[in-house]
Amino acid sequence: MSEVKKVLFGPILSNNPIALQILGICSALAVTSSLSVSLVMSIALTTVCAFSNLFIAVIRAHIPNSIRIIVQMIIIASLVIVVDQVLKAFAFEISKQLSVFVGLIITNCIVMGRAEAYAMKNGPAMSFLDGIGNGLGYSAMLMIVGFFRELLGAGKLFGVPVLETVQNGGWYQPNGLMLLPPSAFFVIGLVIWALRAYKKEQVEEPEFKIAKNSRSQEAL
Amino acid sequence: MASSNDSISKTIIVAVALCLVCSIFVAGAAVGLKPIQQANKDLDRKRNILAAAQMLQPGDDIDRVFANVEKRLVNVAEGRFATDAELAEAGVTVASYNQQAAAKDPALSSSLSGDEDPASIKRRAKFATVYVVKDEDAKARIILPVHGYGLWSTMYGFMALEEDFSTVVGFGFYQQAETPGLGGEVDNPAWKALWAGKEVYNEQGEAVLGLAKGAVDANDPQASHKVDGLSGATLTSRGVTNLVQYWLGEEGFGPFLTKLRSEGV
Repeated sequence: MSEVKKVLFGPILSNNPIALQILGICSALAVTSSLSVSLVMSIALTTVCAFSNLFIAVIRAHIPNSIRIIVQMIIIASLVIVVDQVLKAFAFEISKQLSVFVGLIITNCIVMGRAEAYAMKNGPAMSFLDGIGNGLGYSAMLMIVGFFRELLGAGKLFGVPVLETVQNGGWYQPNGLMLLPPSAFFVIGLVIWALRAYKKEQVEEPEFKIAKNSRSQEAL
Repeated sequence: MASSNDSISKTIIVAVALCLVCSIFVAGAAVGLKPIQQANKDLDRKRNILAAAQMLQPGDDIDRVFANVEKRLVNVAEGRFATDAELAEAGVTVASYNQQAAAKDPALSSSLSGDEDPASIKRRAKFATVYVVKDEDAKARIILPVHGYGLWSTMYGFMALEEDFSTVVGFGFYQQAETPGLGGEVDNPAWKALWAGKEVYNEQGEAVLGLAKGAVDANDPQASHKVDGLSGATLTSRGVTNLVQYWLGEEGFGPFLTKLRSEGV
């Protein structure tokens, strides 16, 4: 049971795909300017990640090593197209906002990373849980980033005004930068900082040391 | 097991089988969900048309309200409704005509060069889809499609005009990909509400309606031809001004509206 728990909830804090493995940053920058879009993206990615892990784990004994990456890609791509079609049919407004990013789940490193690292070596049930777990880790990060970006950038949460903005006659002057993709870098960076201050074992060994300042005479 | 997996025949069998299974899934989803997706698209379009005409109350059934609106095609260059003979010759029907697709079809559109193209639309369809309001109680008389380039994207919208074919009832975009929070504020209901009651044409009959820089000064004699600019979105604002003035001007629906004013719908 503890194994299940570890696989399912480990990726949220102790092995977060975005914060620790630094995977899937691109979509975390692109879709987090509002919470509702982040939520749908999270659900879409979790679904794709779980089912791609499941299907790959089911056929893992029959995947020829030479074309395994292609096989994984085909399964992931098919799932993404199906998810995209379902969104267009049942969540039209949101799919309009997500536009190209649903399609870009295909290239999301988390999905393929989990397929290659976990589903190729483990059984279907555990792989499915691993997919959900990593989806949850991604979702948690997306929701945190989305929360700050939407709150500070537009004064809203899930589209509901929380801080009345100046444009609508309130007091809050929204920070336009928070709505632009670079702001997600700042938020993700701060979250990683907080996470590593809390869980010291995530701090990486420095790969090199910065030398002491050289004196100007030496350059002359 | 591992060695047999890597044999050429096994590799080919796995690849072919996988592709077959996946293609069945993908094709099944695409074909099976197509009707719902198409219905969504149509509904979204209708909602935007009605929203521009301020005919939609929350909770209304869109299809029922839309029955009060009639789709007609306009020959933009000639400034009149398209005739049946003309449409038959071009091989289009009113019901199935798609202006966005026609703008890409060389047979149904013409290319615009530099000066003729302030809204940066590159090609213009010969026929434009307009919506005539039949409901006598409604404020709007006609709903015109407009589009043009903003900062990142071509913005597609509808503008609804009153009986005098100059006063705006409502305006809104149904397709755009401007910066969220800046240019994307073209979708802000508070901003869209500013358009109601503005006059498109000045006394000389020129289409002068556009965005001001910053907020509109209420004492400005031209205030009825100006809408607040979008802060932080100069290029999107310029794009909106250009597309409104182009589509309602002499090159766009200007002559058509002049004709309507004298002859009625």
